Amino acid sequence: MSILEVQNVNKSFGGLKALHNVNLSVEEGTIHAIIGPNGAGKSTLLNCFIGKLIPDTGTVTFGGKSLLGMKPHEINQTGVSRVFQTPEIFADLTVYENVLIPCFAKRDGSFCLNPLKFVKREADIHDKAQHMLEDVNMADKRHMTASSLSRGDKRRLEMAMCLAQDPKLLLLDEPTAGMARADTNNTIELLREIQGKRHITMAVIEHDMHVVFSLAEKISVLAQGTVIVEDLPENIKGHPKVQEAYLGGAH
Amino acid sequence: MDAILLQILNGLDKGSAYALIALGLTLIFGTLGVVNFAHGALFMIGAFCVVTLQRILNLSTVTLDPTKTDFLGNPLTIKTPYIVSWFGESMGASIINWSVPLALIVTLPIMLLFGFIMERGLIKHFYKRPHADQILVTFGLAIVLQEIIKAFYGANPIPTPAPEVFRGSFDFGVLIGMAENAVIYPYWRLVYFAFSALVIASVFAFLQFTTFGMVVRAGMADRETVGLLGINIDKRFTIMFGVAAAVAGLAGVMYTPINSPNYHMGMDFLVLSFVVVVVGGMGSLSGAVLSGFMLGILESFASMNEVKGFFEALYLPSIDQIIIYLVAIIILLTRPRGLMGRAGVMEE
Amino acid sequence: MISKFQNNDRLLMLLFIIAVLAGPIILAPFGAGYPDLLQRFCIFGIFAIGFNILFGLTGYLSFGHAAFLGVGSYSAVWMFKLLTMNVIPGLILAVIVSGLFALVIGFISLRRSGIYFSILTLAFAQMSFSLAYSVLTPITNGETGLQLTLQDPRVLDGVNTTGSLPSTNLFGLAMNATQKVEFLGMTLQFNAGYYFCGLVLILAFYLSMRIFRSPFGLMLRAIKTNQNRLNYTGVNTRPYTLAAFVISGMYAGVAGGLMACTDPLAGAERMQWTASGEVVLMTILGGAGTLLGPVIGAGFIKYFENIFSKINDNVLHGWFSFMPDGLEDIIVGILYYFVGKGWLLTLGLLFMMVVIFLPGGLIQGLTHIVERFQSKDKKQDASVPSDTDNAVKPAE
Repeated sequence: MSILEVQNVNKSFGGLKALHNVNLSVEEGTIHAIIGPNGAGKSTLLNCFIGKLIPDTGTVTFGGKSLLGMKPHEINQTGVSRVFQTPEIFADLTVYENVLIPCFAKRDGSFCLNPLKFVKREADIHDKAQHMLEDVNMADKRHMTASSLSRGDKRRLEMAMCLAQDPKLLLLDEPTAGMARADTNNTIELLREIQGKRHITMAVIEHDMHVVFSLAEKISVLAQGTVIVEDLPENIKGHPKVQEAYLGGAH
Repeated sequence: MDAILLQILNGLDKGSAYALIALGLTLIFGTLGVVNFAHGALFMIGAFCVVTLQRILNLSTVTLDPTKTDFLGNPLTIKTPYIVSWFGESMGASIINWSVPLALIVTLPIMLLFGFIMERGLIKHFYKRPHADQILVTFGLAIVLQEIIKAFYGANPIPTPAPEVFRGSFDFGVLIGMAENAVIYPYWRLVYFAFSALVIASVFAFLQFTTFGMVVRAGMADRETVGLLGINIDKRFTIMFGVAAAVAGLAGVMYTPINSPNYHMGMDFLVLSFVVVVVGGMGSLSGAVLSGFMLGILESFASMNEVKGFFEALYLPSIDQIIIYLVAIIILLTRPRGLMGRAGVMEE
Repeated sequence: MISKFQNNDRLLMLLFIIAVLAGPIILAPFGAGYPDLLQRFCIFGIFAIGFNILFGLTGYLSFGHAAFLGVGSYSAVWMFKLLTMNVIPGLILAVIVSGLFALVIGFISLRRSGIYFSILTLAFAQMSFSLAYSVLTPITNGETGLQLTLQDPRVLDGVNTTGSLPSTNLFGLAMNATQKVEFLGMTLQFNAGYYFCGLVLILAFYLSMRIFRSPFGLMLRAIKTNQNRLNYTGVNTRPYTLAAFVISGMYAGVAGGLMACTDPLAGAERMQWTASGEVVLMTILGGAGTLLGPVIGAGFIKYFENIFSKINDNVLHGWFSFMPDGLEDIIVGILYYFVGKGWLLTLGLLFMMVVIFLPGGLIQGLTHIVERFQSKDKKQDASVPSDTDNAVKPAE
């Protein structure tokens, strides 16, 4: 059953057509990779899922509900979380506080006026936050200020923050960009583990073909703003259209 | 009809001042990304340049005239300004008479220099600090400048008359074929409007037609890219800051005959100029000018007796004091980016 | 040491209560032990604490908070005029009206953030000033300011037969009642008005501590560091900022109400931009985002305002009389501009100095000094975070 349905989405900036009749469907419980050469419109597409951009035409439905016209926080509350290309974290807060926030957001909803409650007395939240940090192997760094973390750690923290919300769909924008090989492999392991343990559906944008082919159960290839192929990994490798898109052999 | 024309004309001078200050604010904001809370103080300093010049020109030798006595029988003191003794009776007197326009010549280099020093000495160090810090430090500077002026020139407004030729009013209505005495308009206000139109036009021409201006405009659009091209954008921005300071200062110089300079005039104009910038759209030069004139004229309409009377009936006397704010609120509620604002400016 | 203090809320609260209650004794040796100044410490302390809830936590820099102060004053005075000289109804009305006022202004201003927000609040404050000064003269009595008169109804207080204006009171305890005690050659003045303000200050401080430690406060701090992330974490930031704005507006209203309680009149000048700027300075001077900072900043500014305003050139000549005459005159001539009526100039300079050299405020500066000493003493593990006083601790 598909959890995310994208139909005939168009988006242009001024005269530039960034997305052109994009169709995509992500099956529940799978890891779906979106690949494509630079400027193919991958990030634009992701931004349309989280409410950062609104498509000009077309529909985006998540779990049967249209996401169009919803604000970013409303979309998130329906169960869509996103890991950004450059980690978006609360840089001035401690690692631990960074994880507390999504835990509260999950439990209390998009707004909760509780200025007289004590954070320290919320045992359930603390259990969960601690658990999340352990999941990404960062429990020992919980007192550090987030801005002082290494880039890899920031990304893992962001991952923990997204997972703390128990999302139904996790969007990952180049989760291994700029990582060393060892880190990349760790991330692949981590993502596999998460998917195995929690059955979270994931949509991954990735450049690194090693990552794509070790993770993805299905691949969509985006080129010049449109999906040219959507197929299983083994069928993608030798697909003539894909080679054409990447190598520009058409001319 | 004539009443409407009169109010439009009356609004022009205030509108011109708003437009000039808002133009400088927008220039600084667009190029340096800094909101200058001390910009009103620059306007005030320009005005006090006139006061200073007038005082210098009026420095006098004091002689006693034994042939005449005052009512107590003491010999009468005669003050002769140095200027008069140097340049002769008629020349000296006309220099003093024309001190406001003359002050433009003196003020221009002073304000440019002031702008350079301010940018190099203070603002420069705040480019990478949070906006709140930029606001606070310029706010502190505004207080300091204002208090210094107050310490030296006192708290009372100091009258600075326009040249005699431009004192008084003329019948604007007759000029355009209307009935006599329908539209009486002071000469100086027309001068002020012409002056500010000239300044605004030169700033726009400067930005539009010179290479320097082109780089600055490119910098306003995308500072980092222009920096990467190897163009020394910082130096140009310093000059831009000087220009903005000069525009504010000159606006202050010419405004003195309309409104006697006082130490708090800067802050009074600053708050309204901010409203002008916000209504025009942050970062839009033409928006700033347009909304400056628009709000000036609007304010003038609100001070009409008919309009005031209407609002007084609604228990809101002196509506002209707050009309600009009310309009600003309405515009912001309907067009959050202002009249001509672009998306993405100041939206972190 | 300082951070230990700060992390122990109970201890901090206890010390704070003791300091407030013993205020007249502690401050008497510094020449600040008289009711008028002590009351001002409390009132501006409350004002700054409230401002800090908005600026220190969310980072939204409001330049219009004096408007809420003024609204609080006007509401309280109206209550004194119409209902009773008892301060409680006056304060309650001040909180309600300033809260509503903040709701309206916040609703509009918070549509934008950053510089835009600061400008909007400044414009609103200036508009409120104009409203109070001229437009709404029937309510505010314009230039003269709102004062009590003998003709006021004061329906609950019964007929006033004394022929003089009644004083504000708390269920009969007059606010200007002062108990003087001679102690070690000093005159200690225990003033009812001060203790009333002090109790409100303690309550205000306690509430602000609770807000800092609450999930709500955590969200506000998250807004300051990365509003985008918070949106993509499913949090609607607008109601949070609006709530913070209204809460801090109510604090300002309480401060304004207390001003009226200690001196029952209200004028438009209380709403001017300089007053808004002053509370900003108090907060950043003490340390924005810290619990104690704003109170310290407020005390610091009000204390030095009091001292500086009293210095005239005679005093200065007295200080520098040991110098040769010419030099003495020059120094006095220069300093003269900074004292007495020149206090605002000093304030402006202080403003710039703090922003340039001490952006974290006194509390942070002090913490740094203490930490430097400590690390010299025992080469501590550098990776231990210098817990600012609002870091959330995991459950023990």
